[in-house]
Amino acid sequence: MALDQSFVGRTYPPTDPYEVGREKIREFAASIGDANPAYTDPEAAKALGHPDVIAPPTFVFAISFKAAHRVIHDPELGLDYSRVVHGDQKFAYRRPVRAGDRLTVTTTIDAIKSLAGNDILDIRGDVHDEMGELVVTAWTKLVARAAEEG
Amino acid sequence: MTAKVAYADVEVGTELPAQVFTVTRATLVEYAGASGDFNPIHWNEKFAKEVGLPDVIAHGMFTMAEAGRVVTDWAGDPGAVVEYGVRFTKPVPVPNDDEGATIEVSGKVAVKLDDNRVRVDLTATHAGQKVLGMSRAVVQLA
Repeated sequence: MALDQSFVGRTYPPTDPYEVGREKIREFAASIGDANPAYTDPEAAKALGHPDVIAPPTFVFAISFKAAHRVIHDPELGLDYSRVVHGDQKFAYRRPVRAGDRLTVTTTIDAIKSLAGNDILDIRGDVHDEMGELVVTAWTKLVARAAEEG
Repeated sequence: MTAKVAYADVEVGTELPAQVFTVTRATLVEYAGASGDFNPIHWNEKFAKEVGLPDVIAHGMFTMAEAGRVVTDWAGDPGAVVEYGVRFTKPVPVPNDDEGATIEVSGKVAVKLDDNRVRVDLTATHAGQKVLGMSRAVVQLA
C-alpha cells in the first residue's frame, strides 16, 4: 500500500541532546580502521584548527538515523520496515562534529514517492548544537520494496 | 580547517591515492557495536540468507565510511569535507573466513568549484562491480 502523501513536509520534534564523547569517536574511528589523529588526539585536532577531536564524516549517521526512527516507526505512516533498504545517504557539513557537542536532531519527511510498487521515503535530519547552530544536515533515502503478490 | 592540499595544485582529473579496504566478519561486529546498527543481515548468516541475501553483507554505512577515507586521507583534515553523498548500488558480501572481502576505492577531482572547493568523485568496487554510485564529496582545500 502506498504511503500517505500528506506526510510530506511533516517535522518531528527535536530529539533530546546526544553528547558526543571523545571515547565514542575513538571507538568509531577504530571500527573503520581509521588512524587519523584528528579523531583521537586533541592536540592534533587543535593543530588543524578544531577545539577538540572531531568525528569521521559518517559518524553522525548513528545520531541522525536514530532520530529517523520516529518516522520509520510512526504507526500513522505505516512503513513496513522489514522491507526497507538504505538507498542513498548524503551529508552537508557547516562544521565537523566534535567531542563535547550536544546535538539535537529535527527530522522532516522531505518526499514520499511510489515507483513500481516500491515506497521511496526521503528523510532529512537537521543536526544542531546546543547554541542552536546548524552543524550538519543528513539526507537519508529509504526504499521499501514492494510486497510480493500472494 | 586546514587541508594539506592547495586548490591551486589540483586540476580536474587529479587522482587521489587509491586504497583497498578489507572487511571481515570481525570488522562487521566491531562496526555494529560502534555504530549501533545491529541489523542481523550484517552478522547472522542464517538470517541474511533467509531474506534472500547471498551471505552476511557489510553495512552500507561502513562502505561509505571507508570510501570517505580516500578523501579525508588526501585532504589531511577530515573537517575539510563539506559535503559527502553516496548511493548504495550493490551489497558487499562478507564470507566467514580470515580473508574477508575487499573494497577498492579510487577518486579524482571532477570539478573545481568557487571558494577553493573541489568536487571529488569516488569509485568503490567489490569483485569488479561498483558498490557505490553517485559517490561524491565536496572538499574545502587550502
